[in-house]
Amino acid sequence: MRPSRRYRIFIHVAAVFVSLIFLGPFAWMLIASISSQKELLAVPLDWIPNHISFERYHEIFTAHGDNPFANFRSALLNSIIVASSAVAISVTVGIYGAYALARLRFRAQRPLLLVFLSTYMVPPIALVIPLYLIMVNLNLLDTRIGLVIVYCTFTTPFVIWIMGNFFRTIPHELEDAARVDGCTRVGALFRVILPLARPGLLATMLFAFLVAWDEFLYALIFTSTTASKTAPVAIAEFAGRFTTDFGLQAAGGILAALPPVLIALVFQRYIVSGLSSGAVKG
Amino acid sequence: MAGRAETAAPGGPVGTRRRLAWRARTRELRFAALLLIPSIIVVFGIVIYPILRTLYTSFYDVNSPFPGSYPFVGFDNYTQALGNPDFWSAVRRTAYFTVVSTGLELVLGLGIALLLAAPLKARWLFRSIVVLPWALPTIVNGALWRYIFNAQYGVLNAIFTQIGLQNHYHAWLNSQTFALHAVIFADVWKNTSLVAFLLLAGLTTIPRELYEAAKVDGVSAWHAFLRITLPMLKPAIVVVLVLRTIEAFKVFDIIYVMTRGGPANGTQSVALYTYQQAFSNELFGYGAALAYLIVVFIAAFAIVYMRAIRSEDTAMGW
Repeated sequence: MRPSRRYRIFIHVAAVFVSLIFLGPFAWMLIASISSQKELLAVPLDWIPNHISFERYHEIFTAHGDNPFANFRSALLNSIIVASSAVAISVTVGIYGAYALARLRFRAQRPLLLVFLSTYMVPPIALVIPLYLIMVNLNLLDTRIGLVIVYCTFTTPFVIWIMGNFFRTIPHELEDAARVDGCTRVGALFRVILPLARPGLLATMLFAFLVAWDEFLYALIFTSTTASKTAPVAIAEFAGRFTTDFGLQAAGGILAALPPVLIALVFQRYIVSGLSSGAVKG
Repeated sequence: MAGRAETAAPGGPVGTRRRLAWRARTRELRFAALLLIPSIIVVFGIVIYPILRTLYTSFYDVNSPFPGSYPFVGFDNYTQALGNPDFWSAVRRTAYFTVVSTGLELVLGLGIALLLAAPLKARWLFRSIVVLPWALPTIVNGALWRYIFNAQYGVLNAIFTQIGLQNHYHAWLNSQTFALHAVIFADVWKNTSLVAFLLLAGLTTIPRELYEAAKVDGVSAWHAFLRITLPMLKPAIVVVLVLRTIEAFKVFDIIYVMTRGGPANGTQSVALYTYQQAFSNELFGYGAALAYLIVVFIAAFAIVYMRAIRSEDTAMGW
């Protein structure tokens, strides 16, 4: 059955239309990041800059001292460190818990499973007040370590949930076969289950990283200087100023968007299947 | 596991079999405990404890971040919130945001999901483009649209003026009526992408034969959509509705970056109101009560969600 010609034209026109709507704002952000401030402030607006310059990107990567460029670089660096550390800790901690909850049968399993799964749904606003009071008392406000601990409040339940789902898809027979061959339970876990779980583990880590990278409320409350401020906080602060260098804001936005966009494009298949298997939290 | 222990002692006396089963179960429990200890420490230490602590704080008039003895006020913080018109207007606004943005995302996302499933040339390219807004960090998205809606230098004013739709520049985000819609627009632009992929996953599970049979029976494409696609997509639609509703009800980031809740609280959401009470006014007890009111709403929704996915038996249910 071949679709009609009219139908084929319609879907292609619609796809182009949708693409333009989605690409337009990205294109504008890119153009703004390489246009001069004078051209961005021109009224009426010139769409195509006469003079393009990658100066802002260069400055962000090389500037020294206390200026918006260097501050933005340290924000990006903080984002990378905090998100990766939270993911690394959560995976190390959560993978065994996920395995136990998904594969073993023991008395407290159901209630524990329920508690763990409901922590996945808890809104940050319900945790943030006591976490803040604790961080004040431990002198961990405005430190990367403090923020990493706070980020584990959502990355760990996330890892347990997603990895648990994944462990359940591995056939029991493989584990049984390993045990018949003389593997201990621990041996079967390390030699059979974990290697098989590697693709799921990669997807989980990518998703957890994206969620941590995107996080804003905690970062806004727990950080205040370049010592720990993350990229979203730096961008929000910058956008809120009365006089803004739109070009720098756009360049910062592009750099902050680059890791998740690259991950989404390179690992598209994982992302799409991950989205459909429940690995979403918004 | 008990079954396996029993087969290990076939035909043995009942006592031995039971003892073996018991020992196997104990071993299983010990192994599970060992694996679970790190997760339990982390989850109970930094999630469960703070949740309970929030409840505790909500009964006290805590008005500074430092430890000390604060007066116990019972349910005062709750009654104060429920009697506060600012709280209720934030609730109404958040509900409006939630319903409109979720509704638009569902309708537009369904259209794009159908396109993603359609026999397009360069389908991979279209898929890559559609995934982009989802990948864009929420704050970058908000900052980008704040710039686009900017009164003097924004692209929207430039376009509308250049094509003759308006003859003077509008301060979009300073308008009581427009600001909330601008935020909804920015949210829809980003999250429709996610919704489209969630629905696409649902679409791919519909057997092709259904459509072929419908075609043989002379059913029009529109009727096939109404009678086959929509009913078969119901589980995915339920998942999208509940996920997006929960997310939208918590909305904070995009509003903070686009308008900070202004103009004149015109875009203040419940989460933003809670944040301001707790962290700008240092009313931690009151903020904790507000946070619990949000939790109650979300928990109610999460229960509906769990029910929905369990009864529909999708891949998401445990």
